[in-house]
Amino acid sequence: MRKLLRAGTVAVLATTALITSGCSANAGSGDGSGPVELTYWAWAPNLDKVVDIWNEKNPDIQVTVNKQDGGDPAVTKLLTAIKAGSGAPDLMQAEYQKIPTLVSADALADISDGAADLEDHFAAGVWSSVTLGGDALYAVPQDTGPMMFYYREDILNQFGLSVPTTWEEYADVARKLHAADPSKYLGTFSANDAGWFTGLAQQAGASWWSIDGDAWGVDIEGDATTKVADYWGGLVEEGVIDNKPMYTPEWNSALNDGGQVGWLSAVWAPGVLAGNAADTAGLWKAAPMPQWGSEQATGNWGGSSTGVTTQSEHKEEATEFATWLNTNPEAIEALVKTANIYPADQTGADEALTEPPAFFSNQPDFYEVAAGVADTVSPFTYGPNVNVAFSAYNDEFAKAAEARTRTAFTDAVAAMQDITVADLKKSGFTVK
Amino acid sequence: MTITRSRTAAATPVPARRRSGGGASSFRSRVLTPYAMLAPGIVLFLAFMAAPIVYAVYLSFQKTQVTGLGLGSGARKQVFVGFENYVAALADPEFAASIGRVLLYGLVLVPAMLGLALLFALLLDARGTRAAGFSRVAIFLPYAVPAVISSLLWGFLYLPGVSPFYFVFDSLGWDAPEILSSDLVLFGIANIALWGGVGFNMIVMYTSLKAVPTEIYEAAKLDGASEVDIALRIKVPIIAPSIVMTSLFSLIATLQVFAEPTTLRPLSNSLSTSWTPLMKVYRDAFTRDDIYSAAATSVVIALATLLLSFLFLRIVQKRAFGQED
Repeated sequence: MRKLLRAGTVAVLATTALITSGCSANAGSGDGSGPVELTYWAWAPNLDKVVDIWNEKNPDIQVTVNKQDGGDPAVTKLLTAIKAGSGAPDLMQAEYQKIPTLVSADALADISDGAADLEDHFAAGVWSSVTLGGDALYAVPQDTGPMMFYYREDILNQFGLSVPTTWEEYADVARKLHAADPSKYLGTFSANDAGWFTGLAQQAGASWWSIDGDAWGVDIEGDATTKVADYWGGLVEEGVIDNKPMYTPEWNSALNDGGQVGWLSAVWAPGVLAGNAADTAGLWKAAPMPQWGSEQATGNWGGSSTGVTTQSEHKEEATEFATWLNTNPEAIEALVKTANIYPADQTGADEALTEPPAFFSNQPDFYEVAAGVADTVSPFTYGPNVNVAFSAYNDEFAKAAEARTRTAFTDAVAAMQDITVADLKKSGFTVK
Repeated sequence: MTITRSRTAAATPVPARRRSGGGASSFRSRVLTPYAMLAPGIVLFLAFMAAPIVYAVYLSFQKTQVTGLGLGSGARKQVFVGFENYVAALADPEFAASIGRVLLYGLVLVPAMLGLALLFALLLDARGTRAAGFSRVAIFLPYAVPAVISSLLWGFLYLPGVSPFYFVFDSLGWDAPEILSSDLVLFGIANIALWGGVGFNMIVMYTSLKAVPTEIYEAAKLDGASEVDIALRIKVPIIAPSIVMTSLFSLIATLQVFAEPTTLRPLSNSLSTSWTPLMKVYRDAFTRDDIYSAAATSVVIALATLLLSFLFLRIVQKRAFGQED
């Protein structure tokens, strides 16, 4: 009864919201007279302040930021608007792994005419994820999340442990640490964070999708990913690595009280640590990821780009804005200072990132380490059904983490492969 | 919604037919006026209830057909597929498993919730109960907490790392069961629903107890009945209809359980994204971007709920409402 009532209320509210937002979206676009008005769906904090700089300088092209809840809900909303034929914004903040899905739904316009000469600004791996390896350009890269290893320097010192540089050493340190103090773990295997695991697989050389002529290839169950799953399954089975998900109250408190001594995360970790483990300021340090082989490599976790939607009536102006936002030195400095992102534009990043984040004031070379790591991101291709693969990851690896056996982890990789391929085939994609 | 509807239907006597003169004024008063007054309700019902249902049924017979790589415009279109989505939904082992889970969940939850609600209602109604007003509010209060909030609250209590319960158990050197482990999580969720739902059901039963004329109790007393006898032999049979009604609501709410497991899911490894049928619908529609099979699954769930409610009423109605015939 309570559910029925509430569901009814929500439905009515949602519909009202839809109707009103539909009206305002229509009213937004200018028609010849007056400045061009662009709407921009984004969720990065304080992005509107960066946009204010643009609006002040460009009275003819006014951009309004429409704050979104996050990457997933924004994509769901955009896909709905595309299906409905109206209601989409001009500009959209899109995570890299969502781009093939959005392109496949015909939501992002090809802006290669207006922004083709940008390639030099970005690392090759990042550029390929906004072009999907072809001649088209679907978005301008904004920020990236090269993965790094964060650790509590004080605790490792206390137990006389050194910072692991290979995965073998990581396993060794994890064992020694947990043996010395059973309440402490060097890390956790999180079945909730598909992007995190994707980054780990990417580091090991995996690329889960590929384009071969006009067929998609799916290679989740390849050697690289299986190796990573087997490695983590082994550590979880031994019990030297925790098996609880990240981003829970329990995990936050463990980060804060020293229960979690390390975190395999990305360059944006300082913001999360400052928010979730405020008591530990100045105690963490960042290092490159532990390595599989002799060649330095890392994966990418997070990061997003700015795309122009197919429904925009001012694609040229929108492209101009997207280019300015992500490659103009003044804009990048503002992005770094007020929105706290790690810019994808490499020259801009070097100029803007001079001071370490406040939470890492103990590590003056924080951004030098980050820049070194960002250069080594392995290439990775996302496919049109990343959402399906990621939700399969949540389910299958949750089972594996609960089972705590090595074979369950490799079985989970196989199940992800099957679910992803079956979904592509069901929709009619040509699969190799 | 359902309550008000069924209550008014039961309580309002059939209006006596009015005698009125013929002509236009009679047409206006007998046909136009009632429909004009009904119009807002009808419009809202059509726009927000009927139309979405019809659209969902329409969607359930469609699917996306992609050609080749599926990139760019025109590579994706919506096609009619007949019952394909229904066949897929019914044959899906995940769906069957989620149904099995909610049935077990209902088996745990409904008797416990209604049993407690009945016990509390009888205790509050019994003679000599102290602080009845305070207890009534205290038992009812959790119902005012939205399910998402109560799930967050209980989620904290279930997580060994932050829960005061586990802290106390640990300090005493006892082993506390891990409620969020896959064996126990169903009971953990049932507990949240129980905490939130007892109060509502208790109020419904208590209200119908208050409507019983006290002469009956006095007569029973004179015949030598104890308080327990009165409760079991008089009160329970008299409020049987409201017990049936609360059972029906609880049954429906059980089949629709969504907020509690969805809120707890990120906290543990033991809840899948298709743990309950509605979670599967949500995942298919919004995570996997396949509204077509999600629509088919929801139609199946709606029909099953209808069928189950109907069967339940058929079975218990005779016994509960028998004396009214």
